[in-house]
Amino acid sequence: MTQPSLWRVLEPKWRTALQRIREERLRGGSGKLLTLTVVGVAFWIGVFGAFYLILKYFRGVEDVGPLLAAKVLGVVLLAFVGILVLSNVITALSSFFLAKDLDLLVSAPVDWLRLYLAKLGETLLHSSWMVALMAVPILTAYGVIYRGGPLFAPFAVLTLFPMLVLPAVAGSALTLVLVNVFPARRTRDLLSIVALGAAGVVVLLFRLIRPERLASPEGFRNLLDWVAVLRTPTSPFLPSEWATKATMGFLQGANDPLPLVLLWTTAAGAVTLGALLHRQLYATGFTKAQEGAERFVRGGLWRRTVGTLLAFLPVAKREFVLKDIKLFFRDTTQWSQLILLAVLVVVYLFNIKMLPLHRGEPVGFFYVTLVSFLNLGLAGFVLAAIAARFIFPAVSLEGRHMWLLRSSPLDLKTLLWSKYWVGTVPLLTLALLLTGLTNVLLQVRPFMMVVGMLTIVALTFAIAALALGFGALYPQFETENAAQIPTSFGGLVYMMATIALLGAVLRALWTAVYAYVRAVYEGQPVVVDAWMISWFAVAAALCAAATALPLWVGLRRMERFEF
Amino acid sequence: MIRLENLTKHYGSFVAVDDVSLEVSRGVLYGFLGPNGAGKTTTLRMIAGILRPTDGRVLLGGDDVHRDPIAAKQRLGFIPDRPFVYDKLTGAEFLRFVAALYGQEGDTVDRRVAELLEVFELTSWKDELVEAYSHGMRQKLIISSALIHRPEYIVVDEPMVGLDPKAARLLKDIFRQFASRGGTVLMSTHTLEVAEAMCDRVAIIQHGKIVAEGTVDDLRRQHRAGDASLEELFLKLTGGAQVRELAEVLGHGADGAS
Repeated sequence: MTQPSLWRVLEPKWRTALQRIREERLRGGSGKLLTLTVVGVAFWIGVFGAFYLILKYFRGVEDVGPLLAAKVLGVVLLAFVGILVLSNVITALSSFFLAKDLDLLVSAPVDWLRLYLAKLGETLLHSSWMVALMAVPILTAYGVIYRGGPLFAPFAVLTLFPMLVLPAVAGSALTLVLVNVFPARRTRDLLSIVALGAAGVVVLLFRLIRPERLASPEGFRNLLDWVAVLRTPTSPFLPSEWATKATMGFLQGANDPLPLVLLWTTAAGAVTLGALLHRQLYATGFTKAQEGAERFVRGGLWRRTVGTLLAFLPVAKREFVLKDIKLFFRDTTQWSQLILLAVLVVVYLFNIKMLPLHRGEPVGFFYVTLVSFLNLGLAGFVLAAIAARFIFPAVSLEGRHMWLLRSSPLDLKTLLWSKYWVGTVPLLTLALLLTGLTNVLLQVRPFMMVVGMLTIVALTFAIAALALGFGALYPQFETENAAQIPTSFGGLVYMMATIALLGAVLRALWTAVYAYVRAVYEGQPVVVDAWMISWFAVAAALCAAATALPLWVGLRRMERFEF
Repeated sequence: MIRLENLTKHYGSFVAVDDVSLEVSRGVLYGFLGPNGAGKTTTLRMIAGILRPTDGRVLLGGDDVHRDPIAAKQRLGFIPDRPFVYDKLTGAEFLRFVAALYGQEGDTVDRRVAELLEVFELTSWKDELVEAYSHGMRQKLIISSALIHRPEYIVVDEPMVGLDPKAARLLKDIFRQFASRGGTVLMSTHTLEVAEAMCDRVAIIQHGKIVAEGTVDDLRRQHRAGDASLEELFLKLTGGAQVRELAEVLGHGADGAS
C-alpha cells in the first residue's frame, strides 16, 4: 500500500493553523497582525542593537576580541540548546502521546517511520520557533560586524537547523523512555517538576558563580589565565560548540568543514537512532499513555484550613475560591512553576545584595534611593509577568465549564471577585516580600520604605485587575494548556498596558521622590507639601483607575460570552 | 412552566433558531427532536441562560432567564450534551461545589451527595479525581449535579449518550418520577424510541423552526400518518429522502469493496 506523505499526515495540524489565521482575519485581525509585527520588529531591533554594540566593542579589542565574541556566541547557543531540550521534552509528550489527532493517526494504516518523522517535525516546530526567531537578530549582528557577506545567511541556516534537530530528537527519545516507565499523565507531572527544578538549579548556579567576573580581567591572577579561560571550549561535545565553531570559522575565513560535518552527521545519526527507538517502544508507550492518572484524593486539608478562614464569606464565593486553590495545587504543571519563581526571587535579591552601592555617603544615599525607586518598576514588571502566567489565564480556563457557571444562579461578579482575590493575595505577598526585602537589603530610609510599600500594594491591585480584565477581553477557551495562554495576542496587549501603567506611575512618583532626595542631599528638612501630595495622588488615581476599569470591562465582556 | 416566546438566535447572517414559541407545563416530560444542526442545542442553551437570544425571551416559572437570571436559574437543572467537568476535583467535591453555586451547604448537602452517588453507583469513586472517570461516569456525575439542588425544571441535551443500559433505564425512571411529582423535563434526544416511550409531548425542530408539536398521536393525526412510528414520522417531517440516499451511498460503497 502507498503510504501517505508526511504533509498529508500533518494535514489536520496545518489546516487547523490556516483556519485560525482565516478566522483571525475575518474578526478584523489586521490590527493584531500590525501590533504583533511592530512589537516583533522592535524586539528584533533591540536584540540586534545590543549585540551590534557589544560585538563592535569586541572587534576593537585586538587578539582577545574574537575570543570574546566566540565565547558570547557559545554561551548564547548553549543556553538555546538547554532551553530546547527542556521545551522539546514537554512538547514531545503532547505531540507524541496526548495530541487529539493521535487516535486517528495510530488507527490509520500509517507506518511507524512516517508517524515518527511527522511528530518529530511537529515537536521541532512547536518547541524551536521562538529560539529560531531569537537567533535571527543575534546572528545578523555577527554577520554585519564580521562582514559575513550574503552567503552568511544560508550558512547560518545550515548550521542552526541540525542544532535544532538534535534537542528535538533527544527530547522525544527521553519522553519515549519515560512514558514507557510511567503513565503519560504522570510523566507530564514528573517532567514539569524535573524540568523546572533543573531549570531553577541552572539559573541559581549560573547566578551564584557570578559570571560577570569573566568580563573583568582584574579578577584573574594574570592576563594569560583570563585568555586561557576564554579559549577553553564551553562544552566540546555539545552541538552548540560545533555551531559556534562553524559560525566563527566562516566569519573569520577559516575553512574548517569539521564542525558542520559533525553537526549534520550527528543529527542524521540521532534521527536514525531516534526512529529505531520509536519503532521499539512507541506502541507500548502509546498504550500506557491511555491510562488515567487514577488518584485518590481526600481533600479535607483545604476545607479545614482555607475553608475555615473564609467561613465569613457566602457559600458560593467560599467554594469558588476553594475550588480554584484545589485545581491549582493538584495540577503539577501549574504549581511546579512556583519552583522557578522561588529561584528567580532568590536571584533577584542576590543581585540587589551584590550591587556595589554603599561605597560612601552621600553618593550612597542617592544611589540607594534611586535603586529602591527603580526597583519598584522592576518588581512591577516581575509581578506583571507572574500575573500574566497565573491570573491572565483564569477566565480562559473556565471556558469548558461555563455551561455550569452560566446555567447556575452564580453571579458573574462573584466569579470575577473570586478569581481576583485568588490571584491578588499571593501576588501581594510576593510583592511585599520583593519590595520589603530589597529595601531592607538596600538599607533605605523610612520615607522610601513607606513610599515603596504603598506603591507596590497599589500597583499589585492594578496589575492583577489588568491581568484578569485583559484575560476576559481576550479569552482562549480552546487552549487546554494554561502556559500557552499568556503568549497569545491578549497576553501581549496586557503586558504592554501594564508596562505603560508602570511608566506612568513611576513618572508621577518621581517628582515627589526627587523633591525628597534633593532635600536630604542638601541637608534640608523633608517637607511633605501639597505639591508632593498631589503627585502621590496622581499615582494613586492611576492605580485606582487601572484596578476598577479593567474589572468593569472584563465583567461586561464576560456577560456577553457565548458558548 | 417553561415558556419560550418568539425565541430567535442569529450567528452573523445564519439563523440558528427562528422565532420559536413553546410552552411546557408542570408535570410534563417534553421531547425536543430534530436532525443535527436543527437548533436544538442552541435553544436548550438559551433556556439555560448560557446563550443570549437575539430576540424573544425564556420564562421559567414566570421569571425571565435573561432579565432575572438568579431567580430563574435557582429552579433549573441543566444537563449538557458534553460532560466537561473540573478534572482535578473529586466526584464528591464537584457535587458539593455545584450545591454551593445554588447557595446550599452543610449536612443536608452531604446527605444529598451521598444519596446521588449511591443511586448512580459512583460511591466507590467519590474520592477519585474526575480525570480518572469514564465518559459514562462523567455523564452520571453531571446528571447528579443537575439534581443536587432539587430543581423544578430539568433541561437536558442528549441524556442517554455514554450511559450503560442500566444507567439509561435508571435515568428514564428518574425523569418519569420527577415529572409525576410535578417537575418539568425538557429533553432533546436522537433516540426516537426513548422519546416515543417516555415523552408526554414532543416538538420537532428543523432549520431553527418548529415544524410539528403535540403528543405523538396528535402528530400522527396532523400528518395523516396512520399508526406510523415516531421514527417514520420524524423522517417524513425532516427529510427521509436523505436517509434513502445515504443507504444508496453505503450500498455502492459495499459493492465497490466487494
